[in-house]
Amino acid sequence: METMLQVQDLQVYYGSIHAIKGISFEVKEGEIVTLIGANGAGKSTTLNTVGGLLKARSGKILFEGKDLHGMAADRVVARGMALCPEGRRVFQHMTVLENLEMGAYTRPASEAADSLEKVYALFPRLKERYHQIAGTLSGGEQQMLAMGRALMSRPRLMMLDEPSMGLAPILVKQIFNIIEDMNKQGTTILLVEQNAQMALSVANRAYVLETGRISLSGDASELARSEEIKKAYLGG
Amino acid sequence: MLANLINGISLGSVYAIIALGYTMVYGIAKMLNFAHGDVIMVGAYVAFCAITGLGWPPILAVLASVAVCTVLGIIIEGLAYKPLRNATSLAVLITAIGVSYFLQNAALLIWTSNTKVFPNIFADLPALQLGSTQVAPVTLITVLANIVIMLALTFFTSKTKMGKAMRAVSEDKGAATLMGINVNRTISMTFAIGSGLAAIAGVLLCTAYPTLMPTTGAMPGIKAFTAAVFGGIGSIPGAMLGGVLLGVIEIFGKAYISTQLSDAIVFAVLIIVLLVKPTGLLGRKVREKV
Repeated sequence: METMLQVQDLQVYYGSIHAIKGISFEVKEGEIVTLIGANGAGKSTTLNTVGGLLKARSGKILFEGKDLHGMAADRVVARGMALCPEGRRVFQHMTVLENLEMGAYTRPASEAADSLEKVYALFPRLKERYHQIAGTLSGGEQQMLAMGRALMSRPRLMMLDEPSMGLAPILVKQIFNIIEDMNKQGTTILLVEQNAQMALSVANRAYVLETGRISLSGDASELARSEEIKKAYLGG
Repeated sequence: MLANLINGISLGSVYAIIALGYTMVYGIAKMLNFAHGDVIMVGAYVAFCAITGLGWPPILAVLASVAVCTVLGIIIEGLAYKPLRNATSLAVLITAIGVSYFLQNAALLIWTSNTKVFPNIFADLPALQLGSTQVAPVTLITVLANIVIMLALTFFTSKTKMGKAMRAVSEDKGAATLMGINVNRTISMTFAIGSGLAAIAGVLLCTAYPTLMPTTGAMPGIKAFTAAVFGGIGSIPGAMLGGVLLGVIEIFGKAYISTQLSDAIVFAVLIIVLLVKPTGLLGRKVREKV
């Protein structure tokens, strides 16, 4: 498997706060990789930096061999990497269809119908509600919309930030099934989660973040069995 | 009565076209561009020079004026506001007032303080006779222009890719960026459209009320800002409704209550509306992000 994303010695500051203290990780083509860790460990900061929303102080972000360091988020998307942000952030006053159209902003119009069909196949609920204003959808539906919207840019790498946040357990299960489906259809996935158990159950590999550093990494199923992880993140 | 109503709607249409510039820029950049009124004045001067100085036909003069103001809008945004994208709103507001003074004083240098008499560019067109009321061509054209602009903008923001991207940016800049939308270019585009419309408003205003001086744009600018707030700032139909109502209230206030108090009446109505409905007539509630 080829390395799709390689992050080397990434350092990120929020003003004077040193949020990411030199982390390195990689995502290979076809994988589901998860970054887990407690609140404030730097998971979202890492994703936002890779996605171009935040600037790294130093370090390398190589996507398919090319350095993205300092590239603005709107250009990163066009390179084939989508970020589905924390808190969903769908366009509340726009319709479901308009939200999806915005997802395809960087793509030629000729692809739109085909992309829509693929997204509707993964999320039949969105097809039923295509004309509804996004702000009136339920939390689970908004999460589906946020994921569908990110898929519309036809990313080769999809980054998902806390997709299970605030959702009922049954919906969490559904969302993770869809993540596995997306992966089977050929999208490589980098997943950030607080729900470590769920994340480890779908991922191939995992990295554990602790206050801006990677403290552990390895095969997801092995990490799920490790006593250290069980104690810290899996409730016993 | 009918004549007053028509005049009110016409004056209100000018306010509405100017208010669109305020409301679109506010919707997208979340800033009040107080220099917007002065762009109207620049637009009127450009048209004035093209017609009286160069002898251009009015339609060409209007196009030149729109072109100059569009570019002016992009330049103002790029030089004055873009460097302040992450600054406090107070810094942006003060800068906008500074740009306003700059434009007025630049106009004073270029065109002096002598009042210019703006030509009646619709002099060749016949007046419309409605019963005993005569409607001047400029009145009718102003109302029509307002309607056309409103329909075009509604189409633009609801049907075109660029227009939808503008709405996306106005809702959530970060999420819009993640879609691949270039936020800076979108903001620049909004200033371009607003300023181009201001040029049209300037020509229409000065054709109806033909005195032109460097401060010509200031009062209509403030009234149009009031109209935008009245209708619900950020809302395009709100700008139209607010503008037209404001124009009608102003003309009726002048005709039936007091010429001197008409502006006070306009602002009093604004205060009452904001007390009853703080988001304006068609404004929607903004949820504060935590």
